[in-house]
Amino acid sequence: MRSFSYSRPTSFEEACRNAGHTRFLAGGTNLIDLMKSDVERPAHVIDIKSLPMHHIADRPDGGLHLGALVTNADTAAHPLVVERYPLLASAILAGASPQIRNMATNGGNLNQRTRCHYFYDPAMACNKRSPGTGCAARGGRNRIMAVLGTSDACIATFPSDMCIALAALNATINLHGPDGERTVGVRDYHCLPGDTPWRDNILQPGEIVTAIDLPPAPFGPHHTYLKVRDRLSFAFAIVSVAVGLCMKDGRIERGSIALGGMGTKPWCVPHAEALLEDQLPSHSLFRDVAERLLHGAVADRDNTAKIRLAPRVIERALWQAAIGTPQSQTDKAIR
Amino acid sequence: MNVISTHIGQPVSRIDGVAKVTGQAKYAAEAHPPGMLYGVVVNSPIARGRIETIHDAEARQVPGVIEVMTHLNRPHAALFEKSYMDGLGVPGVPYRPLHDGEIHFNGQPVAVVLAETFEAAREAAMVVRVDYERWPHNADFEVALHQKYMPSKTRSNYVPPKPRGDAAAAYALSAVKIEGRYHLAPEHHNPMEMHATTAIVEDDGTFTVWDKTQGPQAVQAYLASALSLSKDQVRVRNPYVGGAFGSGLRAVYNVFLATLTAEMLKRAVRVTLTRSQMFTHAFRPEAVMDIALGASRDGTLQSMIVKGVTDTSRFEHNIENIVIWGLINYKCPNATADYKVAPRDTYTSSDMRAPGAATGVNLLEMAIDEMAYACSMDPLAFRLHNYSDIDAMHDMPLTSKALRDAMAQGAQHFGWHDRSMMPGSMRDGRELIGWGMATGIWDAMFSPTSARARLGQDGRLHIATAASDIGTGTYTILAQTAAEAFGMPLDRIDVELGDSTLPECPTEGGSWTAASAGAAVWLACLSLRRKLIDMLARSENAPPWVKQDTVTLEGGILHDMTENGPVSLSLPDALSLAGYDALEAEETAKPGLRGKISQMRKARFTHSAVFCEVRVDPELDTVRVTRLLNAVAAGRIMNPKTAASQIRGAMVMATGMALHEESLMDERVGRFMNHNFAEYHIPAHADIPDMDVLFVNEHDDEVSPLGVKGIGEIGMCGTAAAIANAIFHATGRRYRNLPIMPGA
Ligand SMILES: Cc1cc2nc3c(=O)[nH]c(=O)nc-3n(C[C@H](O)[C@H](O)[C@H](O)COP(=O)(O)OP(=O)(O)OC[C@H]3O[C@@H](n4cnc5c(N)ncnc54)[C@H](O)[C@@H]3O)c2cc1C
Ligand code: SF4
Repeated sequence: MRSFSYSRPTSFEEACRNAGHTRFLAGGTNLIDLMKSDVERPAHVIDIKSLPMHHIADRPDGGLHLGALVTNADTAAHPLVVERYPLLASAILAGASPQIRNMATNGGNLNQRTRCHYFYDPAMACNKRSPGTGCAARGGRNRIMAVLGTSDACIATFPSDMCIALAALNATINLHGPDGERTVGVRDYHCLPGDTPWRDNILQPGEIVTAIDLPPAPFGPHHTYLKVRDRLSFAFAIVSVAVGLCMKDGRIERGSIALGGMGTKPWCVPHAEALLEDQLPSHSLFRDVAERLLHGAVADRDNTAKIRLAPRVIERALWQAAIGTPQSQTDKAIR
Repeated sequence: MNVISTHIGQPVSRIDGVAKVTGQAKYAAEAHPPGMLYGVVVNSPIARGRIETIHDAEARQVPGVIEVMTHLNRPHAALFEKSYMDGLGVPGVPYRPLHDGEIHFNGQPVAVVLAETFEAAREAAMVVRVDYERWPHNADFEVALHQKYMPSKTRSNYVPPKPRGDAAAAYALSAVKIEGRYHLAPEHHNPMEMHATTAIVEDDGTFTVWDKTQGPQAVQAYLASALSLSKDQVRVRNPYVGGAFGSGLRAVYNVFLATLTAEMLKRAVRVTLTRSQMFTHAFRPEAVMDIALGASRDGTLQSMIVKGVTDTSRFEHNIENIVIWGLINYKCPNATADYKVAPRDTYTSSDMRAPGAATGVNLLEMAIDEMAYACSMDPLAFRLHNYSDIDAMHDMPLTSKALRDAMAQGAQHFGWHDRSMMPGSMRDGRELIGWGMATGIWDAMFSPTSARARLGQDGRLHIATAASDIGTGTYTILAQTAAEAFGMPLDRIDVELGDSTLPECPTEGGSWTAASAGAAVWLACLSLRRKLIDMLARSENAPPWVKQDTVTLEGGILHDMTENGPVSLSLPDALSLAGYDALEAEETAKPGLRGKISQMRKARFTHSAVFCEVRVDPELDTVRVTRLLNAVAAGRIMNPKTAASQIRGAMVMATGMALHEESLMDERVGRFMNHNFAEYHIPAHADIPDMDVLFVNEHDDEVSPLGVKGIGEIGMCGTAAAIANAIFHATGRRYRNLPIMPGA
């Protein structure tokens, strides 16, 4: 870790004003790790925990407003989240460990960086960490890397579980920057690496995530967050799927689905979701959805298993949602 | 030795437990000598080459930095390679930290930054830049396999395989055959506590070195030799060790660097490795075993051909016993084995919990399961059918082998007999259920060890030996042994370990400490007790009854029965009457102690039978281990509580071996890439079911003076195979590579 200066502003104005090489500090579970590994080297750290973003509140449209500083643990346990957005609670509980979720914030989760081994190790070439140095993950040990949305420059997986549920829920991200406030849909928040892999998302310098707004999600019991990983807890997803289905009389009216562990960002394919509209659940339907979701997947040296596994995980998740038996995150048996 | 057990064999909780959970137990990085400097190591990012230039100007500018030490400015250290030999005796040229500019492995230390604060040292270490001339290297195990060889000089514990019969011919003629290549990924020990050293320069110029090691006297000898000091100038202490699993068998570079820089700067220095740096030294070698088994139709093994290779570095020949276990443990008229090492440009692979057997027994037991199925036999019945009552490789009797009992009791507790033979035939909803088993075998070793017992005026019994308690419960079982031998309540015994100045004890490893240090403590206590009673007998002041040979020492009090009723004498009073402030005895336990030469001509092993239930989702490749049972035959169990904890810990580690743990080598750079706990997966709680441990009765008064075999490693042997075999039973699919991961 290198020396840095530190401030803890109490107003957005003050927090957003700082230009230069700064990083916002929320729970610190990702940023501090990266600073210790010499991956992040901010000259100035702005602790945003004194900003007023600690609330979960009802929205007029029947949705919910999640403050960026509410912890992952508190979000997952909040009665309104449990009641209206069990999909989100489930995805949060599928990630990390209780200790980390107690520190991690919603804003930090959204902005967490990839777990690519080569990104984490300053001895290795990495376009995301040091633009223009190359991508050592290509041709390297890349079992955990992405197969969707990759580019020549970068194949890093976007690691969050929570954000996969947010993508399926079509959440909106609220931002506050030097030029005022704006909102953006979560599906448009994260960036594909393309030839600018150092840009994880559309945040502009000085811009802060203030909250996540959830629209109403009329899925009833027809949702699931299904995560396959290399051990039964405390591991990032190899493949994960968030699904919400609006069902009526056994028919799917419409559905929403996002993939985790597979893409360089939360992976959503609208024309795959469109297939679900006004359909009866069936193996062939779900297979088609999986096929469309995975269209264009390319593996590198070690991660072909993801492409083999993903269709089966997607189909299982769709069945869990259709039948209305969401995956439990405490009972590790997958039904 | 006829031990009447009041203390030995009791499930006593750890006597050091409170100190540990309240933070009073101080580990190597917790000594805070005044004026201490912090050292942070800079490691090489390349596998092979030469340092061209070291740019340390920026680092030296970081406030608080005192020195950046490299091979260019290090003080004099011993020149000769052999001065860096350590107790483990791996043949070859030991690595000499900061010796010269040549790079032998990725992760090799190239500089140590010393600063007044840890933060300054770490920051400066990040800005040290090094230019390298890169030389070609090979870190690919597959490529290394083509260069495999047998070193001309082997490690002293190496057991060359001894062939019998004509295995090739018998294989050709066998009615049932299986053949395959089995593979184990490299693993890192990853104890909870990082390797660390605090080196203190005392006023008289001697060194006190707090180090995380399994052998304080081995590190003392290493430092003295490598730094050209005399042994009495170096005292190494390791009273508490937060696990090691073998990573602390050899001196790790932090101890050399801390002591060297402390000497140079005449200040105390602490060097602690990071979790990432824990991936720059010892690791369990990657291994392949080519196994061919032949049997007759009735399931009688006819031929066993085992060829194994493990990796080593380019500069040392690390050797493991991976191919011998089946030849020893199974009755099979024709058997042969071959072993070689494959060199790559990495640090030298090293012993990790049950070295050799964890690899060799598990991979072989997977093949044995395949053979049982090829013969259409229940895997347990197959093993019983081919059971050997002797060490079949050396044709030698065994001191004991209660494996048959372990199999029977384990099977009964597990309910093995309700198992359906057909793979894939047990199902619960979407999950397939599989039951697998395997057997384990590990050496029952004994090593000469000394211990001291001292009775003080305070009436307490003080036990001392240079053993290390690496978290296994050594303090506790030695206190129990002393209590038993001396006749003393447990709470009046102090045990002192982990100090090179204490009576000689070999490095903790190989599961010999309980048997060896236990025997030494036993002898020392008996000797002290005899001494006390003799002294009293000779003392003029002592009451006449203590001179009877009916006098006993029990509960810390001398008693006897006289015609006037019972009389007693406290130990402090006894000491005063004898005219002493304290009384002391030191003894050395040797294997031949009991005068039974026969044990030299007998082989000694610990055995186990492991049973496992898994639930597999065949579509999603998820595996849940839902039951694990280990039935262990390990002679006398000193303390069933700490012993069961050792077995359970090993079963967790073996679950990692079966399903999770793999150090991912990027051959292009020779670096293990998942060097952190987020991506190097050890089992999490969710991966571990309730585990059952049974100890079967095994009376063996030949194996070691106390009849103890040791239990630190046996839990590794067979457990990974039982899991793999259960996965086969669940799915009908054979996996021959460990770990077995989703998508494999
Ligand atoms: C061992 C381990 C295992 C984990 N496993 C999982 C897992 O399985 N699944 C999973 O989803 N996650 C996992 N995580 C990641 C964890 O969820 C994130 O570290 C956490 O959510 C980050 O939140 P934080 O508040 O601590 O962020 P910080 O570390 O404080 O910040 C992270 C980044 O976000 C930026 N940031 C934070 N808040 C804001 C804001 N309001 N506006 C703009 N930028 C902001 C920071 O500048 C920084 O760049 C794991 C983490 C660890 C250490
Ligand atoms: S995949 Fe992306 S993050 Fe990983 S090394 Fe390549 S550029 Fe860096």
